[in-house]
Amino acid sequence: MVEILLDATVRAGTPILFATLGAIINERAGIINLGIEGLMLIGALAGFAGTYLTGSLLLGVLFAFAASFLAGSIHALITVQLRGNQIVSGLALTMFGVGITALFGKGMVGLTIVGFKRVAIPGLSQLPLIGRPFFNQDLLIYFSFLLVFVIWFFFYRTRWGLGVRSVGENPAAADTCGFSVSTYRFFAVTIGSGLVGIGGAYLSLASTPMWIENMTAGRGWIAVALVIFAGWSSPRAMLGAYLFGGITAMQLRFQAMGTTISAHVLQMLPYFFTILVLVISTQRIQKGASQQPEGLGLPYDREDRK
Amino acid sequence: MKKVTLFLLLILAVCFSGNVFAISAKKEIKTGFVYVGPVGDAGWTYSHDQGREEMEKLPYVEPSTFIESVPEGAESARVINGLVRKGHNLIFTTSFGYMDATIDVAKRNKDVVFMHCSGFKTAENVGTYFGRMYEPRYLSGIVAGKMTKKNIIGYVAAFPIPEVIRGINAFTLGVQSVNPKAEVKVVWTQTWFDPGVERDAADSLLDVGADVLTMHQDAPATMQAAEARGAYVIGYNSDMRIFAPNAFLTAPIWNWGSLYTKLAEEVHEGTWKSEQLWWGMKEGLVDLAPLSSAVPADVQALVTEKANAIKAGSLHPFSGPIKDQSGKEVVAAGQVLADGALLGMNFFVKGVQGTISK
Repeated sequence: MVEILLDATVRAGTPILFATLGAIINERAGIINLGIEGLMLIGALAGFAGTYLTGSLLLGVLFAFAASFLAGSIHALITVQLRGNQIVSGLALTMFGVGITALFGKGMVGLTIVGFKRVAIPGLSQLPLIGRPFFNQDLLIYFSFLLVFVIWFFFYRTRWGLGVRSVGENPAAADTCGFSVSTYRFFAVTIGSGLVGIGGAYLSLASTPMWIENMTAGRGWIAVALVIFAGWSSPRAMLGAYLFGGITAMQLRFQAMGTTISAHVLQMLPYFFTILVLVISTQRIQKGASQQPEGLGLPYDREDRK
Repeated sequence: MKKVTLFLLLILAVCFSGNVFAISAKKEIKTGFVYVGPVGDAGWTYSHDQGREEMEKLPYVEPSTFIESVPEGAESARVINGLVRKGHNLIFTTSFGYMDATIDVAKRNKDVVFMHCSGFKTAENVGTYFGRMYEPRYLSGIVAGKMTKKNIIGYVAAFPIPEVIRGINAFTLGVQSVNPKAEVKVVWTQTWFDPGVERDAADSLLDVGADVLTMHQDAPATMQAAEARGAYVIGYNSDMRIFAPNAFLTAPIWNWGSLYTKLAEEVHEGTWKSEQLWWGMKEGLVDLAPLSSAVPADVQALVTEKANAIKAGSLHPFSGPIKDQSGKEVVAAGQVLADGALLGMNFFVKGVQGTISK
């Protein structure tokens, strides 16, 4: 039972995990991105269309990355090069994503593809309890595990990662040290957006292999909240995404098993946890342990440097 | 100045003559549709849009307008008003939550005909329409009851409202009529549209042993879950067997086209009057999709027989004796549940495992 629950948790949490990781890369460089929901939809459609047209799931994922990379570059252009308002640009990106995927997705409704299948890792998948949830999943889930580690390694063990963090914390100081603020920010936004798109593609290629308008159903906004919960750290993003996925999976299974707990109480749990998590993380911030990048949300202009 | 006056007079004359022509001929129909979801939802709104396209084939119907993803409630009045101002004279509002807005706009526009789907309020220029979906649901229950081997059937349910509860009950009565040992397990997703959650709900039912699934939501996520795990599935809204070629058994489906065509005709002829239409299989508004080849011939014959009985009026799915979950008799033998009780249904019949939270 626990094994099945964990398995459902990982599968429900993965699209949110990709989106949260992408958002973290954005915000680490100091750019707020509220376009996550729209980027996920663009990724979902591009991934599905790519796979449908080429017959290859891998190419589908690449399409998803490329399409949301391009869409993210609009946000990057506005917020980094033109120093526009990040909140407005992000919200516009979400609306853009919802609209453009509805427009171009019309012809994709009702088409079918063969989605990602489970690939068991020999030996490890036989482990009790954690075998099935972590070592008998599809390739995108294994990729998300890898990504969590790679992003952590990138931020804390590489010079480029240091660069991204410093343009997010104090762009003026980073600029003085010779880091190009606009280049770092541009690529953090676009590559982050690309990963968000893969989160959307997980929905249209693995969990429910089809395209339907608005199929992300608000997961992008959960990712936006999880970034704060995760304190801008990739391992904690994993924890947050699985916590959220796990509670959703759990309440459905309680119902299927025939518990007498009111369905309304069970359905409330994920959102109750979101509030709880926000309260706890705000408390932490007040104690001075905030991980929030200092320069988050502030456009940087060399001429204005003090 | 004189020229301008003459010009204006001329325009007035043209407008007037145009009006005279319009009155002398039968009414041209310009229809507007208000949809709650996107037409690409592959479900509810998609089925309405198919009906709209069918209706448009009438020669006197002008190209119609539809507006997608309109939020329910007061906001929708603005959208409906917009359709009126653009000259639409037959407007369909296709979700329960548009009821008050429809009545409101209709009060101020007596020359426009409004049809509201699934509501209960009418006015002299507002009628309502809905389908007796419980009839094909009952038939699909017979199929499920015959096809289950473990006697556990999973139902991925949307919201605990009478329409959904009626569907679950009719389905379960169908199941029980051929297989009293089978149980229908209900999981509420509290969504009309979230493929991810619906897929997970379907998986949770498969995990507790269900070998036949059905659902009430728009997206075919439940069907994909059944396909992936080698179970059977009964769809909903439209025939979506392409999403589950092996698992698909049948689906209760909507054919809005027949109703929309008839209403457009009535308004065109001038014979339309405000009514509460609740059409069933007899009128062709609801139906059961063709059974798949996985269903044995004797079951196919049984379903055809029952379908004919429903169409002839000799079989009503909600005829007694019907017991509720606790075993208490709610409909006595020989009685049939009245339409009012059907529309306000808020209990589960025997054989359903699940709770209606109140």
